[in-house]
Amino acid sequence: VRIITPETLRLADEKGIVLVSTPCSMFEACGRLYQMGLESVDIRDAERRSTEERLTELSAKYKQFDIGVKGLRDLEHSQATLREYGRIQELMYELSVCDIMTTKVVTVNPSDSMRHAKELLRLHRISGMPVLEAGRLEGVISIEDVIKALEEHRIDSEVRKRMSRHVVSIGAHERVIEAVRKFSKSGLGRLPVVDESGVLVGILTKGDITGRLITILEPRLEQDVAQKPQFHEVIENLLADEATLTLRYRVVANDFARAGEGSSKIKRALQSLRVPAALIRRVAISSYEAEMNLVIHSEGGYLSAEIGPGQVSIVTEDSGPGIEDVEKAMQPGFSTAPDWVRELGFGAGVGLCNIKRCADEFHLSSAPGQGTLLRAMILLEGEQS
Amino acid sequence: VKLRDVVETLGPRLRLRVVADAGEMDKEVTGGYTGDLLSHVIGKAQPGNIWVTVQSHPNIVAVAVMAGLSGIIIVEDAAVDAMTIRKAQDEHIPLFATPLNSYQVVAMLAQAGVAPAE
Repeated sequence: VRIITPETLRLADEKGIVLVSTPCSMFEACGRLYQMGLESVDIRDAERRSTEERLTELSAKYKQFDIGVKGLRDLEHSQATLREYGRIQELMYELSVCDIMTTKVVTVNPSDSMRHAKELLRLHRISGMPVLEAGRLEGVISIEDVIKALEEHRIDSEVRKRMSRHVVSIGAHERVIEAVRKFSKSGLGRLPVVDESGVLVGILTKGDITGRLITILEPRLEQDVAQKPQFHEVIENLLADEATLTLRYRVVANDFARAGEGSSKIKRALQSLRVPAALIRRVAISSYEAEMNLVIHSEGGYLSAEIGPGQVSIVTEDSGPGIEDVEKAMQPGFSTAPDWVRELGFGAGVGLCNIKRCADEFHLSSAPGQGTLLRAMILLEGEQS
Repeated sequence: VKLRDVVETLGPRLRLRVVADAGEMDKEVTGGYTGDLLSHVIGKAQPGNIWVTVQSHPNIVAVAVMAGLSGIIIVEDAAVDAMTIRKAQDEHIPLFATPLNSYQVVAMLAQAGVAPAE
């Protein structure tokens, strides 16, 4: 519970926003909401930046280093797994650290350079690793250490000079819940795992806890699917209170293999909400075309479906490169897609027209060098004009 | 007419190969659509249509899902990659392949009573 200022209370009252305070952590709160079936929770800091935005900022700042991508992947991973939070908590008391730790540990020598450590972290897509000398645990080196070394132009100094020597480790036979406590108490991202004689036998990250527990849980969960809260029930209750549910998907530029997945999920969500098929079709066409535009033309961005009472809005936002001439882009047959994309059957130049035709309200704003924002609203009741 | 009937009647003449049956061979075929520009297909093909195309990359499955198509016939022996087949199975979109071209396939489908999209 943080202090809620009178100004916040006044604004909330004025805007009709319900404020709920809780002593539980963000992780726990999100976990509970996911359990209820809320698929998307937008978490922002005091400056209204989302976790993703902060990671993107970091990655832009340190172009040499791949932390943005790594961070986002972790984030998606944890979002998908948070849903079974309650059951995970039970398992935490059941399993030992050695059941879920990673046994193949990437390590570095104290005499290695920070540059070498940076490469190892990048190659293995990890955020930190133990420093070993003749099998003995000497310290831990993390992405933060690498970033600091880069900032101070000390990337060629030895790892021993930059590592943290204060190592918090955990015993292989301790319960997972102990590891969770150590994580939250220390604020660390990884714990080296040692046996009774203090020899390193593995490593444990927060991701291991959610990720591995889910793998163990899955077969058990299939047995009691019936007990899970039904997605559409939760949504229907929310919609009755005039809430808007936002499903948000990250769309990666030029990733044709995964293209369309966000739209498929939106379609499935609407089917489970029992939206009439003809309307789902209009939403599906809009979301697919908008998603493909992000894949083909943008530097990557987000596809969202905002499901509110009586309407669904498909929104895409990207960070560039922007559209030269919006009016021209709207003309049927006009496309800037490169030839290889057209050969795949994309870039016919009618995508935006398709969206406009399906939508009851259509809005597109863009400028070269800036991002593009597209919003297509489809009414769920009544006839399209 | 069911997908299964189309395959049984025309299979030999079309030299049709079932690439992925996706467990959906009993789907009703409401008509057909042919074209290789995905935006045209998604905008114009009708739910339940069978789609005849030369495209074979994984995204055709997404198009079929979005437009609610009953299946896809990939023509001219275009190589179908493993990802397309996996997605087709996952998304319940039956996939067929033939060495014939779109024109020949559509002509035979029409003869067999599969009406074009309105």
